[in-house]
Amino acid sequence: MISSMGRQAISRRRALQAGGAALASLSFMPKGARAADELNLLVWCDHTGPGLLDPFAEKHGIKINSKEYDLPGVAYSILEQSQPGDWDVFVADTGDIMSAVSKGYLGELPDADMPWADIFPDLKQPDSHYKDGKLYAVPEKFGYNTIAFNNTKVTQEEASHAAVMWDPKFAGRIAIYDYYIPTMEMVAIGLGIKPQEITKMHLPAIKEKLVEMKKLSSLVGDVPTTQNALVTGAADIIVGGGEFAVAGLMAEKPELDWVLPNEGGVRWSQSIGIFADSTKKDLATEFVKYIVSPEGQGRLATADCYWAMPANSKANLDDDQKKRLRWDQQPGFIAKSYPYFFGDAELDAAMQEVWTEVLGA
Amino acid sequence: MKGWNLKNWGHAPALAWTAVFFVAPLIAMLVMSFSARIDGKITLTWTLDNYRSFLTRADGTFVGALWNSIEVTVLTTIISVLVAYPLAYILAYRVPKNWQRFALVLTVLPFWTSYVVRSYSWLLVLSENGIINQFLLWAGILDTPIGMGNSRFATVLGFVHFFAMLLTLTIYANLVQIKDSYRKAANDLGANGWQAFWYITLPLSVPGVAVGAFLTFVLAIGDYITPQILGGAKEMLLPQAVMLQIGRQADFPLASALSMILMLVITAAFMVFAKRLKMERV
Repeated sequence: MISSMGRQAISRRRALQAGGAALASLSFMPKGARAADELNLLVWCDHTGPGLLDPFAEKHGIKINSKEYDLPGVAYSILEQSQPGDWDVFVADTGDIMSAVSKGYLGELPDADMPWADIFPDLKQPDSHYKDGKLYAVPEKFGYNTIAFNNTKVTQEEASHAAVMWDPKFAGRIAIYDYYIPTMEMVAIGLGIKPQEITKMHLPAIKEKLVEMKKLSSLVGDVPTTQNALVTGAADIIVGGGEFAVAGLMAEKPELDWVLPNEGGVRWSQSIGIFADSTKKDLATEFVKYIVSPEGQGRLATADCYWAMPANSKANLDDDQKKRLRWDQQPGFIAKSYPYFFGDAELDAAMQEVWTEVLGA
Repeated sequence: MKGWNLKNWGHAPALAWTAVFFVAPLIAMLVMSFSARIDGKITLTWTLDNYRSFLTRADGTFVGALWNSIEVTVLTTIISVLVAYPLAYILAYRVPKNWQRFALVLTVLPFWTSYVVRSYSWLLVLSENGIINQFLLWAGILDTPIGMGNSRFATVLGFVHFFAMLLTLTIYANLVQIKDSYRKAANDLGANGWQAFWYITLPLSVPGVAVGAFLTFVLAIGDYITPQILGGAKEMLLPQAVMLQIGRQADFPLASALSMILMLVITAAFMVFAKRLKMERV
């Protein structure tokens, strides 16, 4: 009986009729109406997990589509090939926000609705978030590109000196993070040059040191590759690594550790904004408010993809999570770290050229 | 009206497919390679600067990357042929006919695994805590583990693992088409097994080897994932240089020029293999 009813229920003609009707309804329905209950994010991988997205999606009865990108150039390629209105929310390095604003991608956020009083003061960086008095993005997460290491192979004392990056004692045991800005700026710090003071004149010395480091290294790679090297024993040190590379793994692998060298480290931060062409600006703004709220910040800080410090000092985190993020040491870390320095277009091009030469060396 | 004969339109779907999915993108890439990225915008300027950059920029890094790519690819192709030929020969002539299909399935089983997963698996196997080092340490052959991952050796190994399967299929398909009577005739005329192989089977199987080797060359020289995961960026290959332009700088014109140069190398390889590429034989 069930079988007979089943056959009747899904006869070929009925299936075709149903499919045709569905197709027709989709084809003639305006795109905006079809997607009214969806929010489209162009984000880093830490904004793609259900742990972060589901509470917001369930509360608002919507579906969230997240597109992950790993490099700024990839994000801009996606945007150049998209139609206005395709994207609602954007997450990028804080240093890239003004570039996105100048390209016309980002829309204004309601300044008064953001929890500025709870944001760590050093992260506010008005020059990176406001233009002509209008707010375009809010800081949401930060961390450090410093030294991550295996504490059974490298002592805390050794890792606390920038010279560990080129110490021959660790030949073949060093993984280098393949991102020119933090890694070149870490080397600059090790050479006694503050990142914001880097000029083209300093690049030959930085390049020479990087080539020396590459010869000592076991690999140069992205986050998963360097992380994998530390876990599998292919490397004992990640130059440019930090809490984002090891904090999520420390519970299972207590030998993984990270430290800010005495000379200082590079501080990264990411910010969140809404697209100027979004057709769901109110919903997108609500999402931004959720992400920077204590609840969203706790979930974002401990996202599956990578852990890092929340920008909001009131983030919902338990004691163990705070310990792994070195919460209590943040004032000292912030004081002796330098925010990512993005030089002008000419210096940036020169730095990228040096990085390409190092990779090819 | 002969030109409008319905029979002549039989090729149309294939031609349309090729035009849409190969010729059009290739033309777009060619045009892009003569463009420039000015203030973040791509502008068609019909400039040769991107090709000049290949020769002159970044201290010769791009030329070096091309050479690295050619060396790795040639090495991969040669080793893959040397591994695949005996395997295909055994499958075609030593495995009983009713077991051949099963043996072929076993041969291509690794194809069913994700390319990325397979590469990371190799990295684990080759790591200092991996099974090879652990065995060598246990057997007393080594005192301390050696680093085998993140090297050219690891890249070539990952490639050979993948492409030896492909070559086995093309060579096997060729070998089973060679009539037994040829070898029997050679034997009747006094040739021993080795001579029959050398003078009859091997020359007749060259088209299968050539097709497989060409596919291996084309796929390996354009591959980004394997050298990125297994090579550890210790040396730069040309696909990595292409990705560097796209990922970091969104410099599609230079990336397109580098890709066109890669296409030229593949075209040159095709010319080398062309004489032996008899597709109907495989």
